[in-house]
Amino acid sequence: MNAHLQPTGSAYFLTKETQEIERHTLSVLVDNEPGILARVVGLFSARGYNIESLTVSETEHGRRLSRITVVVIATPRVLVQIKLQLERLVPVHKVHDLTAEGASLERELALIKVAGSGDHRAETLRLADAFRAQIVDASVESFVFEVTGKPAKIDSFIALMQPLGLVEVVRTGLAAISRGPQGM
Amino acid sequence: MAEKMTGAEMVIQALSDHGVEHIFGYPGGAALPIYDAMFQQDQVQHILVRHEQGATHMAEGYARSTGKPGIVLVTSGPGATNAVTGLTDALMDSIPMICITAQVPTTLIGTDAFQECDTVGITRSCTKYNYLVKRIEDLPRIMHEAFLIATTGRPGPVVIDIPKDVQFALGDYYKPDMETLRHQSYRPQMDGDSAAIEAAVDLMLKAERPIFYTGGGVINAGPEASDLLRELAELTGFPVTSTLMGLGAFPASNPQWMGMLGMHGTYEANLAMHDCDVMINIGARFDDRITGRIDAFSPHSRKIHVDIDPSSINKVVRVDVPIIGDCARVLSEMVRVWRSKTNQPRTEAIAPWWKQIEKWRAVNSLGYKNSDTTIKPQYAIERLYEATRKQAKDVYITTEVGQHQMWAAQHFHFDKPNRWMTSGGLGTMGYGLPAAVGVQVAHPDALVIDIAGEASVQMTMQELSTAVQYRLPIKVFILNNERMGMVRQWQDLLHGSRYAHSYSESLPDFVKLAEAYGGKGIRCESPAELDAAIAEMLDYDGPVLFDVIVEKDENCLPMIPSGKPHNEIILPDTANIGDIIDEKGRQLV
Repeated sequence: MNAHLQPTGSAYFLTKETQEIERHTLSVLVDNEPGILARVVGLFSARGYNIESLTVSETEHGRRLSRITVVVIATPRVLVQIKLQLERLVPVHKVHDLTAEGASLERELALIKVAGSGDHRAETLRLADAFRAQIVDASVESFVFEVTGKPAKIDSFIALMQPLGLVEVVRTGLAAISRGPQGM
Repeated sequence: MAEKMTGAEMVIQALSDHGVEHIFGYPGGAALPIYDAMFQQDQVQHILVRHEQGATHMAEGYARSTGKPGIVLVTSGPGATNAVTGLTDALMDSIPMICITAQVPTTLIGTDAFQECDTVGITRSCTKYNYLVKRIEDLPRIMHEAFLIATTGRPGPVVIDIPKDVQFALGDYYKPDMETLRHQSYRPQMDGDSAAIEAAVDLMLKAERPIFYTGGGVINAGPEASDLLRELAELTGFPVTSTLMGLGAFPASNPQWMGMLGMHGTYEANLAMHDCDVMINIGARFDDRITGRIDAFSPHSRKIHVDIDPSSINKVVRVDVPIIGDCARVLSEMVRVWRSKTNQPRTEAIAPWWKQIEKWRAVNSLGYKNSDTTIKPQYAIERLYEATRKQAKDVYITTEVGQHQMWAAQHFHFDKPNRWMTSGGLGTMGYGLPAAVGVQVAHPDALVIDIAGEASVQMTMQELSTAVQYRLPIKVFILNNERMGMVRQWQDLLHGSRYAHSYSESLPDFVKLAEAYGGKGIRCESPAELDAAIAEMLDYDGPVLFDVIVEKDENCLPMIPSGKPHNEIILPDTANIGDIIDEKGRQLV
């Protein structure tokens, strides 16, 4: 495009983001109703928020409540907005920023399939033991391990399995809860 | 006590139980049971529209002018998708609306049935909440809950999607009990935090350059909020400006009124916003048309923000004293706390501030060069305003979107709330004519005028037929410049005056068009004949299309250009607008 044809301005006022981004884990208590996940995910995509991990399951069957654990990456200003926008959704009961509110526990479960024979097989088992991975399926040429822990631990286990015949991995995504006696 | 009836009957019964008198809709296959139930009763009157988008804007006009929710009934598939624009408009402008969409039978959902669409999926992001009713047992609760959600907190549109088999099914209906109706997770906060209100009043008591910046939230909080705003303004002696959506909450005839603020707001309102030391935002949301450049927005002020929606706080502009609550309740507390601390307005302390405001006012930023030969659009609105002031009737104004909308906001003045209906957030061309129909349905004896442009009005022109059918004497005041004026203005400012597709060609003859619809058409081209033509329009008992041929290339000023803070607003006598936008502004894409 020729320089003289460049627009001389915009109908919108643009500003640069100056804050650093952070990684936060949010716990969201919602009505377990049809479409609730679409509502939450739709909010994130519509407003341009980034989801790193999302886990959802019914946690109180009697009250039909589900708990969503979502890991987001955003600036502090946007993090506050995400929390407020989530709370604005009609079926959302509570939103807690576990990262901001103090100490919390984070766990993830992974199922990892490794195939191989000979020395690789023995090495695989030694490492699995070190990571306290359970063997949940075995055949003469493969194992399926169940490993639980912080996401970083699972990352390292997967990295170690890579040269030993890693076939596939499935991860649950993060489940998180605050430490101490208080509930949500 | 439960009563046995069909789903379709429940819909009508629930509407009636919630005091609904009018409903705007269009029938279709999946909606037939509800239409049949409606046919057999006379509590709820149905207004047949010509396009579902029209129904939604009528409901918006109805809601905005009455404070009651607007009700829409459409069929599945295209009926629902045509309603999407109006739903989004209502969400952006916080208008209470309940839109009942029919759906194909539950057994056919997901089979790509005739006139099937994923209505709840499509409308999820353009409603405050939406429901797909899969079981007749849920219908009464959902109907009542929908009214609660649409009308409380920050109001908005709610969609209820009802499959045809659920409309036919028999079930138990129970009446609503709004007093006890509570939603488990939906609990809007109505009362402001008293410590925050105390802190706000303390700031106001020390203010030397204060300003009230009010918005649509004051209108939504009901007429008592407007009364309280007047009371607080009188108690404090502070100047008042308002967003487009808030016009009428504070009387334009009051000397403390500074006119609208923002991109096309007055010089005094925008400069006062920039230079103030305490800003009291009541029911406005720091929209980008108001703030201009965020990093240069009112740099020296402490900011108080009253909003019922917590997510509005600190969304765009960081504030010092956030108060979450209903505008009426918070204003009432502010009045009480102010009275408990002083019985004097801050007249003396803010006298230099008023002196400064008077200097800005003297600039007369809404001035324009009038002409003897061509009708200036601003002049047309001024004359319309003068003519309506002499009317004994209540006057309601709706607009389309564009230059005419901004000129109407600048030159038509409102002394009461709920008299001004316009599409602010979404900026929907085609809003005004159907909105006027909706207003006229709610206020049959009032004078309802749609101030329009010739481009916008053609987007929903067919609703003139609705106006004729129901004998709704709306007046459509078309400022005809044969241009999409605001688009042309931006092309003039930013795109080297290359006017790509911003002109109206092959325009219809609006006089003949009005007559074809069964209304009256009037055309006026000369300033000398304008008053007589307006009088003729106002005297006619029926719908009128009034085609005012105005100056073609008039720009809407004042204007805050891109990349500029409030205090660098362009005034009407500035020679060349294009030169004002500097290198920095050019870099904004």
